[in-house]
Amino acid sequence: MNAIGDLRPALRGALRPPGFLAGLWLAVRLAWRQLRSEKARLASAIAGVMFACVLVFMQLGFRAALFESATTLISAMRADLFLMSPMTLASFRPETIPRARVSQALAVEAVAAAVPVYLAQATFRNPESGRRRTIQLIGFDMEAGVLDLPGLAPIRDALKQPDSFAFDSRSRPEFGPVPRLFAERGPFPAQIGNREMRVVGLVELGSSFGADGNAVLSEVNFRRAVRERPAALVDLAAIRLRPGADPLQAQAALRAVMPPDVAVLTGEELRAHERRYWEEATPIGFIFSFGSLMGLIVGMVIVYQILFSDIAGHLREYATLKAMGYSNTHLAHTVLGSAAILALLGFLPGTLVSSILYGVVADATFLPLAMGVERAGWVFLMIFAMCAAAGLLALRKLRDADPADMF
Amino acid sequence: MEHPVQIAGLTYAYGEGALRREVLRDVELRVAPGEIVILTGPSGSGKTTLLTLAGALRAVQSGSCRVLGRELAGAREGERVALRRRIGFIFQNHNLLGFLTARQNVAMALELDGDTTEAGRLERAGRILAAVGLEEHADKLPAHLSGGQRQRVAVARALVGRPGLILADEPTAALDRASGQEVVHLLRDLARSRGAAILLVTHDPRILDVADRIVAMEDGRVVANAGESAATTGGRAAAADQHGL
Ligand SMILES: Nc1ncnc2c1ncn2[C@@H]1O[C@H](COP(=O)(O)OP(=O)(O)OP(=O)(O)O)[C@@H](O)[C@H]1O
Ligand SMILES: [Mg+2]
Repeated sequence: MNAIGDLRPALRGALRPPGFLAGLWLAVRLAWRQLRSEKARLASAIAGVMFACVLVFMQLGFRAALFESATTLISAMRADLFLMSPMTLASFRPETIPRARVSQALAVEAVAAAVPVYLAQATFRNPESGRRRTIQLIGFDMEAGVLDLPGLAPIRDALKQPDSFAFDSRSRPEFGPVPRLFAERGPFPAQIGNREMRVVGLVELGSSFGADGNAVLSEVNFRRAVRERPAALVDLAAIRLRPGADPLQAQAALRAVMPPDVAVLTGEELRAHERRYWEEATPIGFIFSFGSLMGLIVGMVIVYQILFSDIAGHLREYATLKAMGYSNTHLAHTVLGSAAILALLGFLPGTLVSSILYGVVADATFLPLAMGVERAGWVFLMIFAMCAAAGLLALRKLRDADPADMF
Repeated sequence: MEHPVQIAGLTYAYGEGALRREVLRDVELRVAPGEIVILTGPSGSGKTTLLTLAGALRAVQSGSCRVLGRELAGAREGERVALRRRIGFIFQNHNLLGFLTARQNVAMALELDGDTTEAGRLERAGRILAAVGLEEHADKLPAHLSGGQRQRVAVARALVGRPGLILADEPTAALDRASGQEVVHLLRDLARSRGAAILLVTHDPRILDVADRIVAMEDGRVVANAGESAATTGGRAAAADQHGL
């Protein structure tokens, strides 16, 4: 034993423990070494986190797409204020207001223009298969410039011809290959309700949960298509204010002159109203929140299982570390470090898979699904919280590692 | 110089109320610097309990237990954890972390010392592994070592931090005769060379020869304290100093 001579005989006095960050680094490194040592278990833990991550991304994506698509029509309108029936729950199923209210609005000083908008659902016959499907009709005065849709400006005059309409090229494909037919043939006949009309152009709006597709018509053509509708009733009025007018003051002024059968809303309020309908009056918002929560719970259980069995399977080793002078805090950092590593290792591929799925689903459903930094940030926080919760639950097992039972 | 272990009037009981059972009664024990004390006695006589109290693994109930200059009676959890860092523990099972190599396992004992660097820790771990004859096995996982080799890694881990006191409970129980002998002799030589005191519990008569002094316990009391005298311990300590190089 020659080597013994090399070892200095000095005994150790009280020692200075590593600083917080150095200690944390050592704890996390230990966590990583432990995770790495069991590849199959690590893979299943990562798969669990990935699963939760993808599920949450999809649920949040659908949810956001729903709310976004529900308000695409309103967002496309160039108006400062809106008149709507207080009974209207959502714009795809509007209650009417008297047309007189639209002209009444002009009495308010700040109002520059008030344009009636007509909304109704009617059937559209697929020009190829002949099947009928419900489409959202949007009618308004083409000259008022109230709706700002891509593709609308050049066909404004064409839409004034009797029985013409523009088809939303981002409608669901069940309406038939209308954009392709239009590109091939130019304007062609199509049936709305029981009326023979003509597709004279394409606009872009997008399908929503309330409407699978849209058709844009002039005020006159709308009345032709929806004959049961009395001319004295409109569904929505878009109000533009004079330059420099304060929308809130104008809103107050309008409210003062309007009878209680009309609500005066800003664009933001109308969008919020629309969102609230989908969030509260339908189970859809809840379903997506519930789906996200389920994903997080399943992920948490998986991560908890992995962390718990890592501790339970190494109780003697953990107890030995405690006997050697490792503090509970340090070992807790190791467990939570494992949780953080799993969060990161599951989140990164989970986000990648979700981005790909978003593309696939957006192509299939025509819903506006896209990966965004903000949503990714939120999902990361949720996944991190999920893993942290699993880690905190697993920590309780650490108490069973009692060094006094080691001898 | 203060004795690494100074126990006086130590009484300890498990359980509460009607279930209360005293397992240590008024225990008196001193271990001198560099001294090797073997604790023997029948099963259930309280040896392990005494060791866990001296090792700051258990809170003292009554009596005095001074270890490495610290009074453990009334010591807070944090103080006990800090004291453990200056004690080397060797258990019946090696309790090495299976996912770390021998060298990394030994270095774990040094990671509690903020004044060390990663390179320094691995270097010291490598040196002490060489001292226990495991130079070639330093980078193997415990699963690839024999029982005796694993226990030698555990010895290296207990000693690498230069503890003032080493506590061992039946360190040879899981080993065959030859490796058991080898491990305790290594332990003795390393401790001597560094002046560390050893308190070792064993039933194994084959290793009694490493002791400077043998203390026997029975039913929670120290019954025989063979060979304790200032002369012997002093002599041994002096011998240890010469050994220490
Ligand atoms: N955690 C505990 N709770 C309750 N009683 C205990 C506990 N640990 C030990 N005992 C009891 O205390 C007494 C002393 O136990 P201890 O382990 O100290 O004896 P020992 O001398 O180490 O025995 P052995 O040689 O079998 O290891 C025994 O009767 C045992 O049953
Ligand atoms: Mg025992």
